[in-house]
Amino acid sequence: MNDFLQLVFQGLGIGAIYALVSLGFVLLIRAASVVNFGQGEFSMLGAYLLVVFFNLWGIPYLIGMVLSVIIMAGFGLIFAYCTYWPLRFRGGLPVIISTIGASIFLQNMVLFLYGPSSVPVDDLFDTPGIQIGEVFLASQYLAIIVIAALLVGLQYFIFEKTLLGKKLQATSQDKEMASLLGIPVVLMIMITFAYSSALGGLAGMLVAPILFVSVNMAGIITLKAFAANIIGGYGSIPGAILGGLALGVAETLGAAYISVPYKDAFAFLMLLAFLMVRPQGLFGEKISEKA
Amino acid sequence: MTALQGPVLQGPGANPWRGLPAAGLAIVVVIAAASIAPAQGYYLNILMQAATYAIGVLGLVVVLGYCGQISIAQAAFFGLGAYAVALGTVDFHINFFVALFIGVVISGVCGLVLGLGTLRLGGHYLGMITISFQQILTLVLTNWIDFTHGPDGVRNVPRPNVFGVSLEDGRAYLGLILVAAVLVTLFVWRLKASRLGRAMQAVRDNELAASTSGINVYGTKVVAFGISAVLGAIGGGLFSGGFRYISPDQFSFGDSIVMLTMALLGGATSPFGALVGTVVLVLLPEWLRFLKQIYLAVYGASVILIMVFLPDGLWGFVDARTRKRVTTITGAVPPLPLLAQKGEATDEAVLVVADLAKHFGGLKAVDGVNLTVRRGTVHALIGPNGSGKTTFINVVTGLYEATGGKITFVGQDITTLAPHRRNRAGLARTYQNIRVFRGMTVLENVMIGAERQGNDVAHDPKAVVLRALAALDFVEMRGDAHRLVGDLSYGHQRYVEIARALASSPHTLLLDEPAAGLNLTEKVELGNLLKRLKGHGLTIMIIDHDMKLVESVADHITVLNFGKRIADGTPQDVLSHPDVIAAYLGEPRNEAA
Repeated sequence: MNDFLQLVFQGLGIGAIYALVSLGFVLLIRAASVVNFGQGEFSMLGAYLLVVFFNLWGIPYLIGMVLSVIIMAGFGLIFAYCTYWPLRFRGGLPVIISTIGASIFLQNMVLFLYGPSSVPVDDLFDTPGIQIGEVFLASQYLAIIVIAALLVGLQYFIFEKTLLGKKLQATSQDKEMASLLGIPVVLMIMITFAYSSALGGLAGMLVAPILFVSVNMAGIITLKAFAANIIGGYGSIPGAILGGLALGVAETLGAAYISVPYKDAFAFLMLLAFLMVRPQGLFGEKISEKA
Repeated sequence: MTALQGPVLQGPGANPWRGLPAAGLAIVVVIAAASIAPAQGYYLNILMQAATYAIGVLGLVVVLGYCGQISIAQAAFFGLGAYAVALGTVDFHINFFVALFIGVVISGVCGLVLGLGTLRLGGHYLGMITISFQQILTLVLTNWIDFTHGPDGVRNVPRPNVFGVSLEDGRAYLGLILVAAVLVTLFVWRLKASRLGRAMQAVRDNELAASTSGINVYGTKVVAFGISAVLGAIGGGLFSGGFRYISPDQFSFGDSIVMLTMALLGGATSPFGALVGTVVLVLLPEWLRFLKQIYLAVYGASVILIMVFLPDGLWGFVDARTRKRVTTITGAVPPLPLLAQKGEATDEAVLVVADLAKHFGGLKAVDGVNLTVRRGTVHALIGPNGSGKTTFINVVTGLYEATGGKITFVGQDITTLAPHRRNRAGLARTYQNIRVFRGMTVLENVMIGAERQGNDVAHDPKAVVLRALAALDFVEMRGDAHRLVGDLSYGHQRYVEIARALASSPHTLLLDEPAAGLNLTEKVELGNLLKRLKGHGLTIMIIDHDMKLVESVADHITVLNFGKRIADGTPQDVLSHPDVIAAYLGEPRNEAA
């Protein structure tokens, strides 16, 4: 039982990472109808920035993280300018392909600059964690869960309570109508790209001490974000969060009780099961094609 | 009657020899080329890779280019074929071709199961499920070591004998692969102009219009995906014999992405595009090898640049600049059989709608409507905006499920039939906002109507072309037969839509606001066209706001308001009905009060 609780805790920690990346992924789908195959690269780049600032240049950890998040937000704009902007009127598929191109480009640039080996990164806090009963709450996992919860709360506040949030929501629901109402739709889409990239980057930094930093982390994170998105309900924001958490817990438990080599298969088996039985996901598909 | 002149005979059915001479020549050329290729080493491997990948990418042309469905698992199907051949020949000592056949069957079954599970849903779901399938297959190939040999892979895959001739020699085996690639190219090319291929493209361009033109949208998608899985397995099986060593990392997610990129880069709507894209992307990393470690990064950047600057792929770019202006088809064709019939309005009920209801949540868009359309009449359905007219037509043609009530068409209860089944029963329609197959020519659009299952010409490809031309003659658009519909003006697209419906020899034709968006001249032309359709026994139901048009053609008018029928009868009675006047002009103010 205590093992079980311990595993659920770790699963929630990893799941919170998937939730953050998936959130950025869903926001892009909603704001710009972009299915971004380079979402995991945001996390990879964020993690490498932290490696450069902290491991190589010796900049304090937290300052390094803040700098990385800011740079990642800027990078989101560049990413949008290269992959989305020139193809925005050509339907979904060309943009998908160009984000795939960007993904190949970014992974191989990083591979060229930093090589294939995994880089270890220190935990955010020096204390190893807290013991509660027989469950040990490792500090990094706790940090991930707390930061993810704060971010989700902050995002809820911005989306529901501020004018900027209302404009962002209007843009995602009906671009034409939003622009007729004087909402700067292009600006809103660009803000979404910047936010999505920063969020992905932050998730990458948070997970860096657990997974270590390598080029391979990008692909697997992208795929998990996809899976979380389908399990939660395509295009649904609460779905992305819950789907991510569910995925993290399921694969941690599956790896512990069933099979370690097939750890990554649990996510996809869960995804297949959802597609066959409940394709609208936990929260229902929010974006449907009009008749 | 003079013989037809011009590029008439579309499709392999109409000309069974189409493409065969060119393919025969290509086979001779590739065998000659293979005989002078290096017998082993690097360049032989490059050639084998290009040829086998091309077969897999041709599968993507079918599912993505023709049918418009995203599959991100082509490397998985490729891998299934490769492992079937490798394990079958090495571990189970089965004949090469038998093992290849087993791989094709397994891959095809996997494709059908995945397709049956997801293709009823929206477009992105196939993409998602194929990603999952791809990942799970990679994990199984890597971890089921007892069966698959795990990450070490399978070594010493033998090459087959053909008619007693051993293909152990690299050049001989290359010849086999190239011949297979030519044959698959021929198949995919002929598929495009076949009835099934047209159905796929119709599904790609407009699913709703495809379904109301008698195409089983779901079935067509499943078949397209099944074909792509089979072609993937053929390519993979041949790859296995070519390289003689396979391992799980050759069939990963990344390789599926590469294949998808090959299809799009070359131009996914043409088999030749797939060939070009494959060759370029197999060679591009080789050409970029001087860049050392960053060559893959440059490759990624090139993919973006190609997407931005060559929207239709390399082949699309070349094709658009070298295509000859197509000539028109001259010569007489038999006119639409409809026009030879005599048929006056009768009292026989064709379409009987009883208590029909369609609710969207609390909104009662159609609320208990009764209506009878009689054979040979022009029945108009009018009402203010938002009165439920289009919803009514959508429920009758099956695009929306009825909330309640019953629809009987020619004595058959069609209330729960799928849209394509209603069309096959003889119910054709046009749309308020035109729905044509934009990526296809005018003639192909109308042929889709003519080959409706149940139409008298449906089983004779030549007669289908003639019927389509007759329908184009009727709307006076034969001169545009070979133009892409997407390039036509709005009014002309509307005529294509009407011709598509007429070519299917419908029993009843539903026209949803045919005059919407037309200018005055076009409206007059449309009125004349409708008048020419009268008196031949065709039953027409028309929705429109143009009262002049409605009055001039209608025998009977039904008026809807807020989802309910408020009047029904002859034009004179209905148009002077106080409720109708009130609905259109508003309630008269009671001046006396």
